[in-house]
This record gives sequence, structure tokens and C-alpha cells, in this order.
Amino acid sequence: MNWRRLWAIVIKELRQMRRDRVTLAMIVGIPVIQLVLFGYAINTNLRGLDTGIVDQANTAGSRALVMDMLATGVVAPVARADTPQELMAMIRQGRISIGIVVPPDFERRRIDGRELAQVLVDGSDTAVQGAAAQLAQAPIDSAQPDMRAPLTSTPPGGRISVVSFYNPQRRSAVNIVPGLIGVILTMTMVLFTAIAIVRERERGNMELLIATPLTSSELMVGKVLPYVAIGLVQTSVVLALGMWLFDVPIRGSVLDVYLASGLLILANLTLGLLISTRAQSQFQAMQMMIFVFLPSILLSGFMFPFAGMPKLVQWIAEVLPLTHFLRLIRGVMLRGAGLWEMWIDVLALAVFTLVMMALAILRFRKRLD
Amino acid sequence: MTTDADGVAIRARGLTRRFGKLVAVDHVDLEVPARRVYGFLGPNGSGKSTTIRMLCGLLTPSEGEIEVLGLRIPAQADELRPHIGYMTQKFSLFEDLSVRENLEFLAAIQGVPKAKTKARIDELIGQYHFGDRQKQLAGTMSGGQKQRLALACAVIHEPELLFLDEPTSAVDPESRRDFWEKLFELADIGTTLLVSTHLMDEAERCHRLAILDRGALVADGTPHELTAQLEGRTFIVETDNPRAAQRVLVDVPGVLGVAQVGNTLRVLTDADGATPDMDEALAAAGQKAGLAAAPPNLEDVFVAATRKGDGGEERAA
Repeated sequence: MNWRRLWAIVIKELRQMRRDRVTLAMIVGIPVIQLVLFGYAINTNLRGLDTGIVDQANTAGSRALVMDMLATGVVAPVARADTPQELMAMIRQGRISIGIVVPPDFERRRIDGRELAQVLVDGSDTAVQGAAAQLAQAPIDSAQPDMRAPLTSTPPGGRISVVSFYNPQRRSAVNIVPGLIGVILTMTMVLFTAIAIVRERERGNMELLIATPLTSSELMVGKVLPYVAIGLVQTSVVLALGMWLFDVPIRGSVLDVYLASGLLILANLTLGLLISTRAQSQFQAMQMMIFVFLPSILLSGFMFPFAGMPKLVQWIAEVLPLTHFLRLIRGVMLRGAGLWEMWIDVLALAVFTLVMMALAILRFRKRLD
Repeated sequence: MTTDADGVAIRARGLTRRFGKLVAVDHVDLEVPARRVYGFLGPNGSGKSTTIRMLCGLLTPSEGEIEVLGLRIPAQADELRPHIGYMTQKFSLFEDLSVRENLEFLAAIQGVPKAKTKARIDELIGQYHFGDRQKQLAGTMSGGQKQRLALACAVIHEPELLFLDEPTSAVDPESRRDFWEKLFELADIGTTLLVSTHLMDEAERCHRLAILDRGALVADGTPHELTAQLEGRTFIVETDNPRAAQRVLVDVPGVLGVAQVGNTLRVLTDADGATPDMDEALAAAGQKAGLAAAPPNLEDVFVAATRKGDGGEERAA
């Protein structure tokens, strides 16, 4: 390893990056756009769902029940109807997502302890379904004190109140922003290095480089180093915006956040390099990147809970750097854990990086054949 | 690290390279003298680039032995690299770096001592006339300027041996003359140069020349030696109807090639000559034509060398 040659590669990469406007825009643009999109648009805690109401009983009690439901803020009344059939038509037409039906025998049901009302849900959206389930629990709690006879047959689940730790207001941004650091780094870092070697081959630079004393490891390490700095800049952008726009806390140490990010950056960059030594063209490198990116997003636990996945899928997920990073970053930022308490994920990322780097260096031949 | 006692920089025996079923280079024997400009002449696809890539250790030969500057290639390719410069056929510098940045990068990669780097770059910028273009991006320069920059970068570490793969095929004649001046200056200070080309006028400038055709080495010598072998076998035919006369002459036994040059035809015959036959054939076809001997040039050498194998069949030379 000749330090001067290594440094020459780093300087060259930085100079080229400075003149590449699309790449420059990507460095800051992708974190900002993704953060705003995910932070504002993807809100799993739904509020203000369009709702239609049928109150066939129309007693003081039934009106109170409907008011209680509206008070949760989950539903917003946009239509009234006379029969449940009308509500079902409105749901089918997409005019409302939720229908509340209070039957004519509401008062009898209250005394008998049967179901008080029905909530019709547009089941084509799972998020709405989840919101409706919440809704169905709330009114029974609040309607109870009004009742003269105790409800003997109330299912115990109806009385259980949900207490959310670490994110009591159930704000999605708090969960999403730490993971988003990982998603953005996975997307941009793999991409940068995936095209790094292929591009030089396509432009003809590689034939010149391999005819010089430059070694494979100098070239590979030199290609990775500048992007580590870029990755840390992106991490800072997401953190700063997350704190400013969404009040995302950092309960653990900031150093740990950067260390975890650094580990993920290296893992992704070396993975990109390996792709780059395999791909025949920049387009092919992009295609290969998608193969890594999609499973990362879907299986790492960023979008769907890791615990709910089948064993086989969990094993696949364990190979992805993002899975381990998510555990680390959620631990540090939300639970205030120290990085070393989760040493096994730290180790996983480090091993991944070393294996990828070694494979990339071994695969890169200083030959044209 | 020097050439051997008899001043040979490159030696190759039975050099062969196959790509699947295609034989790109077929048992080529080479001896390139040191401190000279050695030319590889051949049409596109004749194996020039493949040979050069094997000689500088970028491609592994399928068969054969190579010795460059006393080193066995490809086994000792890593030891050879600091001593060679390689200018690729396609512009291979970084188009998004400036002239000076490209030179700085190559200086560091080629291990030019740090203390000398600035002086060396300034010297090259002066020699290669980039004084007012140091900050220009390489990608925005003309073809001739790019080739000049590529040469400057290839020689930044003062290599003993320089490989140039069709360095001037996309360059105007004037830039080409300047470029060749630089090549001879380099030979004067002791550099061995191996230049591939498909241009006859460039081939004529070389000290020594090898002609490649479909992967095989078909002739080898100084331009003078090569043309001298064809003495008495080249003719100029003056005629009113060159196209018709060409059709007649092509079929005459012993005629290797007929090429139209303006209003005249240039005819190359085999060693036995075919003058009486040609006169007869032209007369029989009712063509009024005058036949005169002409001094042979490298194009004739090329046609004679590449025509041996395929029975005088007409091909554009």
C-alpha cells in the first residue's frame, strides 16, 4: 500500500465529484427529499379518516357514543346516511373510509351487554383497518360510566389501554427517521461505488490505470475513502433535519450514532465495489443495486416488523447490513443504548465490510482478460 | 533493468492470443531494437492492439514467450510497469479533470518523486504547449490536444519504453507532424517506442516496421528494405477509362493489386512480373493505356505482403 498513490486516487475522486452536478445534487438532495417524504407522507398513525355515520337509534346514548368516537380524532364525519347499505355503497365508491352504524335497538343492546355499534372499514388499506381497530376499543371504554348495568360480557381486550413506550404519541417520524439514515445510506453509498469501477472501465480510464504500478487495494481503498466522508455528511443532514422538523430525539451518544453510521457506510461502499467489479456496464451495476436495495427496504425491519417474518426470511435479512444498522441506530437514538451493548450487530457489520472488501480486491484483476 | 547487450528491448516468440475460436494474434515473432521508433502497420482487426496489450502485460498470451526489457511477461508484469508508458487507442485520461490535474494524478500514480513533481509537470506543460490551457478540462479539448496530453502523461515518469496504440488516427495532418516530432525527440533521449498505425505515411517515418495481417506477421524490416524488395514490380497505368482498365488488369495472372489513384492506376505484380501480359490484356480489351514503371512505396509492400495468402483476389488496399 503506497500512501501517495492512495491519496492521489482520493483527490482524483473528489475532484471528479466536484464537477459532477448530478452526484452533488444526490448527496444532499436524496436525504432531504426522502426525509420530508417519509416524515410527512408516511404516517402510520392515521387521523381524520373520512367517515359516514348512520345512527338508527338516535337516542341520547347513541349520540353520546358517536360523539365519543369523533372525539378520538381518528375519524372525521363527512356524510350522514339512513341505512347501512348506503354506507357500504359510499365505501365502495371510495367516498368514505369508515362507516359507523348504530342499530335501532342500541338501548336494548346496552342493557343486554351485546355489541353496541358496528364499524365498517375499507379493508383495502391495511393502515385504515388498524386505525379502525383502535377506534372500536375507544368508545366502549368511555361509554361505560354512563351505563346503569355493569357490562358483564365486555371482552377483556376492550378494557386494556395501550401504553406506547419510547414513542408515546405514536409519532411515526420518531421511528422512521433513524431508519431513514440507514435507507438513504444504503441507497446512495451502494450506488456511488457500484458505478465507480464500471464507469472507469466504460470510459477507458481503466486500461490506463492497470498499465501503471497502481495496486488493486490502493485503487479499491482510494475509491471508498472519499465516500465515507460523503456518507457522514448525509447522516448529519438527516439528523439535523430530523431534529428540526420532527423533534426526533438522540437519547444515546452522538458519537455512537456516527460510529454506527460509519459502519453501515463502509459495509455499503464495499458491497458497491464488489458489484462494480462484477458489472459489465453502469446500467448493469444499477440493476444489481436494486437487487440489494429492495430486500434491504422490505426485510430489514424498516417497513415491516422483523419479528413477524418467517424464519427463512429472517436469515436472509440477517445478511443485509441495514438490518443490523437498524437495531443499532434505534437502540442508540431511541432507547439510549450504548453501541457496545449491541456488540453482535457491530461485529456483523464489520465482518460484512471485511469480506466484501476482500472479495472486491480479489475479484479485481489488473488484466484485461 | 536495461535492454540486453545487443540492444533489443522487446523479444517475442510464437506469440498467440485466441478469443474463443478467433485467433487474434497468430504465432508472431518480434524483435524490437532499443532507442528506435518501431512501427506496427496493419488494418483494423489485424491484431495490433492485442499484441501491444500482451507485450505490456495487460493480456495473458494463449501461447508464446515474451521478454520486455529483460523481464518475462506476464509473470514479471508488475516489475515492468514502472518502466513503461502506455498510450491507449481510445483517450483514457480523465475528461472531467483539467490538464494539470491529469498530470498531477499520473505523476503521483507513476511515483515521480514528490520534490520533482512540480518541476516535471511545468516542464511537460511547456514542451507540449499547454501553458495557457492548464486549467482546461481534458474533455473539452480537440483531438490533437488530447493526444498531446495523453503523450505528456504517458512519459511523465520518463519511461524507457513507450507503447502507443494508433496515437494519431483521429488527428489532423499538422498535429500529426508535431506529434511525430515529439516521438523522435523521445527516441533521441533513449526511449524505445512501439507505435501501431494503419496510416502509410506514419509507417514510413518509423525506423523499423512490422506488417500485421489477420493476426500474422507478414513482413518486417526498415521501410527502405521493405520497399527495395518490390523494385521492378510496381507500375503506373495512364488511361482514359481507369475503371474499365482496372477490371481488365485484375484478371491478368501475376497481378497482385490494382488501385485507382486519380486518373491513373497503380499496379502491383508478383515477383515474375507481368508486363507483356498486361499490355496484351489492355490491347485485347481495346483500352488505350500507357504502362510505366514506378518506385514502390509502403502501400505496395502492404498489398504484396497481405496478398500472398489469397490468390490475387481484389481487395481495397
